[in-house]
Amino acid sequence: MLAVETSDLTRKFGEFTAVNKLNLAIRRGSIYGFLGPNGSGKSTTIRMLCGLLKPTAGTGTVMGLDIGQDSEQIKSQIGYMSQKFSLYDDLTVSENLAFYAGMYDLPADAARRKIQEMLELAHLADSKNELAANLSGGYKQRLALGCAILHKPPILFLDEPTGGVDPKSRRMFWDIIYALADAGSTVMVTTHFMDEAEHCDAIGFIYEGNLIADDSPHKLKMSLPGIFITIPADNPMELMQQLAEERLPALDIYPHGASVRILTEEKTLGYYRRFAYQITSPSLEDVFVYYVKNRRQEAPR
Amino acid sequence: MRRLRALLLKEFIQMKRDRLTFAMMVGLPIIQLLVFGFAINTDVKHLSTVVFDQSLQQESRDLLGAFTASEYFDIKYTARSYQEVADIIEQGKAKVGIIIPPDFSDSIKHSRSAAVQVIVDASDSMAASSAISTAQLIGQLKSEEILVKKLQAAGAQKPARPYDIRIRPWYNPDLVSAFYMVPGILGIILTMTMVMITSMAIVRERERGTLEQLIVTPLKSYELMLGKIIPYIFVGYIQATLALAVGIVVFDLPMQGSLALLYGLTTLFIVASLALGILISTVTRTQMQAMQLSFFIFLPSILLSGFMFPREAMPDFFRMIGYLLPLTYYLEIMRGIVLKGVGVSFLWTQILALCVFITVMLTVSILKFQKRLV
Repeated sequence: MLAVETSDLTRKFGEFTAVNKLNLAIRRGSIYGFLGPNGSGKSTTIRMLCGLLKPTAGTGTVMGLDIGQDSEQIKSQIGYMSQKFSLYDDLTVSENLAFYAGMYDLPADAARRKIQEMLELAHLADSKNELAANLSGGYKQRLALGCAILHKPPILFLDEPTGGVDPKSRRMFWDIIYALADAGSTVMVTTHFMDEAEHCDAIGFIYEGNLIADDSPHKLKMSLPGIFITIPADNPMELMQQLAEERLPALDIYPHGASVRILTEEKTLGYYRRFAYQITSPSLEDVFVYYVKNRRQEAPR
Repeated sequence: MRRLRALLLKEFIQMKRDRLTFAMMVGLPIIQLLVFGFAINTDVKHLSTVVFDQSLQQESRDLLGAFTASEYFDIKYTARSYQEVADIIEQGKAKVGIIIPPDFSDSIKHSRSAAVQVIVDASDSMAASSAISTAQLIGQLKSEEILVKKLQAAGAQKPARPYDIRIRPWYNPDLVSAFYMVPGILGIILTMTMVMITSMAIVRERERGTLEQLIVTPLKSYELMLGKIIPYIFVGYIQATLALAVGIVVFDLPMQGSLALLYGLTTLFIVASLALGILISTVTRTQMQAMQLSFFIFLPSILLSGFMFPREAMPDFFRMIGYLLPLTYYLEIMRGIVLKGVGVSFLWTQILALCVFITVMLTVSILKFQKRLV
């Protein structure tokens, strides 16, 4: 069963195409990481799925409901946390939670229980009487998450939940996300952090509105047409220059700290024998950069 | 119901936290009522007057005395030439100039018509018309007085006046401007605050970004509208009560009709103004736009509703525009109840008009408001 399914989902703002013919399929109960640079269409996609924006073309379903026709029914099924803090600054932590408990029509005793549960889950019990305006970044995000999952939604959309959040809060955040997925919720999360993406069951790379790769982190790494090697170098730029002059076969090459990383096909590995290279497993960043470069060559602008 | 209750609770908490705005909502009506109530007086009296009396006889002094006694003219300057009169009026020191010719006394004594020139600065039309009608009246009364004296001197009986027009100004016998103004100002204050507050209501949430989180919840459009309207009905009540109290205590406003009816119909007007504000809030994207659109409503409300100028004098087109403003009907209701003491049976048209207005505004708002970002 799919939690989210889209077919050729497109959104234009005037002449600009923010999202171009997107085809997504997110399994129920999975954590789906949505990766891409700023302005690549991540938020626009999520907003269309949540009913905040109307698609220009294409269709989609969330929990089996059509995003065009059933957008109001979808709203009781989803939890949504936007990029920007969008709770009430002039309400306290518990007042914000109580407000959203009301919005989701929770009966009084269930609301009380849920609010307490959220306060503990998000480690906000000590600041429950603070105005939201006075909370620091990490606290605000945790409160926003609390308000978004208060009603136990079967699917949760998190738009860059960990932007500007300290490592401790980030850790706490992901613990909550895992717990939700374990309990059967589907989570779609956008992020810039590649280490966070590693935690996802599946990942979609979106670039300039197009989905350029979509698979599990492991399979994505396997999909690279070669092997990553690392050559230590005191001066990486000099080494890169030298390699370029010798025209050694490389699909990708870039400096990485006190070393140079090279993606090369297995059969051409021999050319590098004289360097003290090490074979290293590719990171998701490597995969992402490779796909973006590939895309650029395919479709020059 | 739970959603609406949560919304109302939130609005009241926010209102309570925003003390400055609340203080303004409560303080402004009192201040405005005091300022306008005392300042606005359509009955223009005590106009500064310059006199060029070339006769300087008993008769001319007598006539000038009549001018002063009317209280409409305060003789502040005496000129010695026609040019000086012109200068004083031109400098704005005097609004009226009275010029009495040298042969004034002789003309009266010899039963010739004695010409008196009254110059009026008509750049202020309200003051001018007041001066003109009073001057004419004084001229007629003094003429009649002299004629009667002459006839009596000739041995005739004091003649009866052919016409005897007796005027009774109903509902405001002393023509106190404040009685007419205070209900109007109450209406203006309510329009201003109610339209302004609600016109900001939704657009502010949009600007602050809180609307985004709100519209991904199952909240219904009409629940949002009601949640934004109901709290401010209370604010409207507070304002109306304060304004009425000031009107009665400070300006001795007579309360002829039923207070309960007045409050009931004030609710209608408050809701109508709030609904108008909500409509503004749904069609605008920023608080700035909302503010400008609210002002676009205020000016016609002040000018065309009959608050300042009688609607009877307006060209048809503009009178029709007045019918589109809730304030027009509310002023008729207020003045009807407060000054005339009329009951509900005389106010059906106004009540119906306000109900239609509310229905249309809310329907359009709910249809216009889409739970989307752009």
